[in-house]
Amino acid sequence: MLHIVNKSPYERNSLASCLAHTAAGAAVILIEDAVYAATRGNSAEAAIRKALESLPVYALAPDLEARGMQGSVIDGVKVVDFGGFVDLVAEHRTSQSWL
Amino acid sequence: MTQAADTAEHGQDAQSVVKKFMFVNRKAPYGTIYALEGLEVVLISAAFDQDVSLAFLDDGVYQLVKGQQTKALEVKNFSPTYRALEGYDVEKLYVERESLEARGLREDQLLVPVQVVGAAEMAALMDSQDVVIGF
Amino acid sequence: MKIGLLVNEGPYNHQAADTAYQFARAALAKGHEIPRVFFYHDGVNNASKLTEPPQDDRNVVNRWSKLAAEKGIDLVVCVAAGLRRGLVEDNLAPGFRISGLGQLVETGIESDRLVVFGD
Repeated sequence: MLHIVNKSPYERNSLASCLAHTAAGAAVILIEDAVYAATRGNSAEAAIRKALESLPVYALAPDLEARGMQGSVIDGVKVVDFGGFVDLVAEHRTSQSWL
Repeated sequence: MTQAADTAEHGQDAQSVVKKFMFVNRKAPYGTIYALEGLEVVLISAAFDQDVSLAFLDDGVYQLVKGQQTKALEVKNFSPTYRALEGYDVEKLYVERESLEARGLREDQLLVPVQVVGAAEMAALMDSQDVVIGF
Repeated sequence: MKIGLLVNEGPYNHQAADTAYQFARAALAKGHEIPRVFFYHDGVNNASKLTEPPQDDRNVVNRWSKLAAEKGIDLVVCVAAGLRRGLVEDNLAPGFRISGLGQLVETGIESDRLVVFGD
């Protein structure tokens, strides 16, 4: 399953909730305000690093760039464009948006 | 093709396929419209003979709390609709244990019979669906 | 692959409509099909022909209309959600049509993937 998270970890618990519900073969993509979770020094960094031990974590490039955070991405988080987002949706049987 | 004929043909195609639909409820009632309008989708989905389940986690578990009285707020109390789901053959209501406990809620405080599951089981249930819709 | 989209929020207030649009464009560029975009909750406001955003920024409503015209995408506004919010036939932008929630369920059944964009 592709898990899509779109809110900042400071605003909402959706990232934490998402990470508590991943099963084997899952992937997580951070879009919109959730890209802040993919940046060094943020409160979710430890959780992201932990998640990376067992599943791929992606962040949407246009959202990072819009927010001026493209230079701060946590090592191991893969930055993708919208084409990459589409590929992830196609690759996984289902997607779930954690709103 | 006219819209009616188009709907009839697609309705027929649609109904020969049975998919597992899960509707995920993570938001409290009344503060936003997602609980109410989400429920409306569930009721419609019943007409399509799909394999429907509902998941309640995080603040979504609050949607099922007994004793909702909305008179002073002057908004519609839509909680009886959860009891009507059974009549629509929507019987798989999964409520997450950790979400209940974090909120000091017990199963006997809920207004419908549900299956309380742990997060790992909820994750497995989600993973087994064909379509997952959150509001 | 057939990818259906559900848009739960209105234009400008949330990023959902933008993300959905960019996703749709990218999916089409990759050769996928977007049979339908279903607009629910405040998402119905994506269909209002009355919007007049500033000229120096994107026109979310017109973008949807243009995409629908160019690529034959079915843009469906939920009738009940529309009525709640004053989105009716009279103020519908080109390319949008009003229909029931059944169309959302059908999209789930008939598409290979359904992606939800919301708050």
